Amino acid sequence: MNTFDAGHYDVIVVGAGHAGVEAGLAAARRGAKTLMLTLNLDMIAFMPCNPSIGGPAKGVVVREIDALGGEMAKVIDKTYIQMRLLNTRKGPAVRALRAQADKHLYIQEMKKVIENEPNLTIRQGMVKELMVEDGVCKGVVTETKAAYTADSVIVTTGTFMRSKVLIGDLAYESGPNNQRASTDLSVQLEELGIKMVRFKTGTPMRVNSHSIDYSKTEIQPGDEVPRAFSYETTEYIMDQIPCWLTYTNEFTHKIIDDNLSSSAMYSGMVKGTGPRYCPSVEDKIVRFHDKPRHQVFLEPEGRNTEEVYVQGLSTSLPENVQKQMIETVPGLEKAEIMRAGYAIEYDSVIPTQLWPTLELKAVEGLFTAGQINGTSGYEEAAAQGLMAGINAASKVLGKEPVILDRSQAYIGVLIDDLVTKGTDEPYRLLTSRAEYRLILRHDNADLRLTDIGYEIGMISEDRYARFQDKKRMINEEIERLKGITIKATDQVQEVIQQAGGSPLKDAVNAYDLLKRPEMKFEMVASLLEERKDLPEAVEEQVEIHTKYAGYIQKSEQQIERMRKMENKKIPEDIDYDDIHGIASEARDRLKEVRPLSVGQASRVSGVNPADVSILLVYIEQGKIAKVSGDEA
Amino acid sequence: MDTDTISAISTPVGEGAIAIVRLSGPEAVSLANGMFQGKDLNQVDTHTIHYGKLLDPKTNEMVEEVMVSVMRAPKTFTREDIVEINCHGGLVSVNRVLELTLSQGARLAEPGEFTKRAFLNGRIDLSQAEAVMDLIRAKTDRAMNVALKQMDGRLSHLIQKLRQELLEVLAQVEVNIDYPEYDDVEEMTNELMIQNTRQVHQEIERLLRTAKQGKILREGLGTAIVGRPNVGKSSLMNALVHENKAIVTEIPGTTRDVIEEYVNVRGVPLRLIDTAGIRETEDLVEKIGVERSRQVLQEADLILLVLNNGDTITQEDKKLFEAVEGMDVIVIVNKTDLPQQIDMDELREVAGDHPIVSTSLIEEQGIDQLETSISDIFFEGDIDTGDMTYLSNVRHVQLLNQAKETLEDAMDGMNAGMPIDMVQIDVTRTWELLGEIVGDTVQESLIDQLFSQFCLGK
Repeated sequence: MNTFDAGHYDVIVVGAGHAGVEAGLAAARRGAKTLMLTLNLDMIAFMPCNPSIGGPAKGVVVREIDALGGEMAKVIDKTYIQMRLLNTRKGPAVRALRAQADKHLYIQEMKKVIENEPNLTIRQGMVKELMVEDGVCKGVVTETKAAYTADSVIVTTGTFMRSKVLIGDLAYESGPNNQRASTDLSVQLEELGIKMVRFKTGTPMRVNSHSIDYSKTEIQPGDEVPRAFSYETTEYIMDQIPCWLTYTNEFTHKIIDDNLSSSAMYSGMVKGTGPRYCPSVEDKIVRFHDKPRHQVFLEPEGRNTEEVYVQGLSTSLPENVQKQMIETVPGLEKAEIMRAGYAIEYDSVIPTQLWPTLELKAVEGLFTAGQINGTSGYEEAAAQGLMAGINAASKVLGKEPVILDRSQAYIGVLIDDLVTKGTDEPYRLLTSRAEYRLILRHDNADLRLTDIGYEIGMISEDRYARFQDKKRMINEEIERLKGITIKATDQVQEVIQQAGGSPLKDAVNAYDLLKRPEMKFEMVASLLEERKDLPEAVEEQVEIHTKYAGYIQKSEQQIERMRKMENKKIPEDIDYDDIHGIASEARDRLKEVRPLSVGQASRVSGVNPADVSILLVYIEQGKIAKVSGDEA
Repeated sequence: MDTDTISAISTPVGEGAIAIVRLSGPEAVSLANGMFQGKDLNQVDTHTIHYGKLLDPKTNEMVEEVMVSVMRAPKTFTREDIVEINCHGGLVSVNRVLELTLSQGARLAEPGEFTKRAFLNGRIDLSQAEAVMDLIRAKTDRAMNVALKQMDGRLSHLIQKLRQELLEVLAQVEVNIDYPEYDDVEEMTNELMIQNTRQVHQEIERLLRTAKQGKILREGLGTAIVGRPNVGKSSLMNALVHENKAIVTEIPGTTRDVIEEYVNVRGVPLRLIDTAGIRETEDLVEKIGVERSRQVLQEADLILLVLNNGDTITQEDKKLFEAVEGMDVIVIVNKTDLPQQIDMDELREVAGDHPIVSTSLIEEQGIDQLETSISDIFFEGDIDTGDMTYLSNVRHVQLLNQAKETLEDAMDGMNAGMPIDMVQIDVTRTWELLGEIVGDTVQESLIDQLFSQFCLGK
């Protein structure tokens, strides 16, 4: 191809979705000269599906991104139309924030951040080809023949690779929302020996708000207590917009049933595997036929638009059937569809081909992040983008890779799951995927990760000093409570009784009193002679650390056991064929995944405890051999 | 390298007069010392052997007379502290010692783990590494085969059923957490969770009780014959032995003259304890001393208490009844060939719930009824012959005990009003432990359950 030299960058990011923007910002913030290339400058960090960010597990990820110096939390805090804290009636481990986003403001806000980031260049352009020589990625070439060289390239093309949109019997090559699909990259990756899999997802119709009769629906307002994702946010949006809840019924289900064969998903047109956690409405009716109704949430897409997202009716039925179907739902009888729902099929990279840094094993210097790795969700994408950006920069700057383990962050769980186990369907984070979710709380993401963020240059000195202050206040208050004796006075007994607890038999220290499940920090504090003036977040930490100390300790012991195996590194040049006695299935899987530690090896499916034991012995043998070799 | 202390029987099981239970790891010495009555093992020189008694620290009961060797790191097989407990060779004694070490915090060694540790700690040289790998593979495969064979199909089915029950509870908890707005599922409350887990807990306890039953099937129902002189104890003994084929005769112990006689009574293997004492002295209680007889009684699973039909109930008889209180007892009124002097109403009062059988051993009368009573006692209650699920493998018992404990932690948490997602940690652990018994701990199954049980969207 007749190309022109368009310059050299340390890191090039292909794509500017949720993964791309975090990758670009992280690489630039770590000091790498970075270029971002995107198909369409007006679609930066666009939300092609639901207009919301956060939720269980995902909301924790957003805070983790923030603690590591990423951007998602800050941008949603400036652009939400509604914020809710979920699972408030449950324990602290599973609470999570979820925001309804203004899609359009989100794009503008993120674009502003990117445009103003030093070290970061953003340009519109379609990447046609990766420059790969001898298994090393050296840069990219665009369709306008611009050749950019780079030390590392991060591909974050989401669902755009050989993507196909399907509505009824209509099928056409396209990315989400009628954007151009990317065909050449997918073909080239395959030529490079990268294995791909076909996944499918979908989105519901959008309707005009004026055509909805909200009186037939239930209101779902935001929380009155102001909250934010970022630990740095101090200004809250008080003017919130509600969502609305309605339900499908037997008439809706009958229309779907009668027209099943015309749905792209059921006519055999869709070949890809769809996610179970986010089924199309067709799937819901087929798999749970006896369920009399399904929830339908009506979610505004922004402040300056009348478009409303019909959460729960994701579909690939023909447009006329979508119309009939929606008219049976209370409140939507006269709903005007502005965009029809559709299914989308796309190529994604089988993620066990990646190192935990998200660099491809087969092509040095080439990273992939986001939905291209078989995940779904903006938060999962952003988390991968951030880590790929951090690690691509590490590589260029000659620094250590940053790999989070399963006990440090949901991000660690996400990436470890992807690269160790792979996934059979678009992967979504769930709290149940985390073994140590009591430790991976949304309230302590800063305590878990700010040190790392600071160390890699993503957290400013100012912010780090504030963080150190917070840590100090938490520890001091816990120690203080341990030293204060609370006598069984009438006042004390009354407070306890009102909380529903059994009266004190003897004097206790304030720390032990706070341990009681019914005693809130507020109540214990009211019994103290001196009440320290502490930020709410500090009081929250003191209470959680005290009340759940036993459980936290148990989790920490488990983590310690896990770490021991995690710390046993497997040499990169290990030859699995040379290991005597390992089962052949385990051998094949280990050769494919090439785990970095014995801990990771033990999580590879098909590897049993005997194989792990043998692996350990083999690794030690290597060490002993080296020592005796040195002596000779 | 590894920081826990492991324990295993290191002599061939069931063979030889002496068996050895070996402990290796940092806690080996202190752990053994905690159940040893004799010298303070923490203070003794390395590579020394000591006589003493093993006590169960929970009950302070004596378990075994033993010789204990203490070998401190690094000059040991594993290069860790090693303690070897030499005990009697019978299955019963050695298993009890092993179980005791496990209850004190040792972990049951994996197949080949002593050798593996020896290697990892540099005790075995490089040329032997392949042999170590072979050993681990072979031992693991064999252990798995044995475990699978030992695991009755019904047991595995039962454990799977318990796991499924827990999994459904967990899935419901998870749905509440991951899909807080999903309206179609009942909110899993502590009350609901207590109900569900209590059932599983009861079932685990029942299984653990059968562990004892399974042990009896393997090792025999320890049976002691007691009674005043001349009531017919040796006749009873002879009748049982002659009537039924003796399985094993004379297993001499090393430090104690116990002679045990094995007989099979209607499918119940009886191990007649201390029959030598009965034979030689005809009077267990008096001749070998109160302490010793108490011990014999304690070891017994079943007491055959013999009375004389031709005599009234004496103070001595009543003392015997007191000594066996709370145990499984069959009262035998022998010598029905003599004129009846015994007051049956009084006897029924003294005997309480224990079954009473009348015999004339001289005339070979009543032995059938006695055998029926024995098999009734063994197969009583909720375990009937048609549906006996036995837990027999030590590893299984250990895992099930752990499962029971974690489930109890969960129930404590629920009762204390801890949030459900905390309590769930212990329930999940229980589910994993049960999974280890049947060799299945795949995390993914929870997520599969989630999506098959509920229709989830948002």
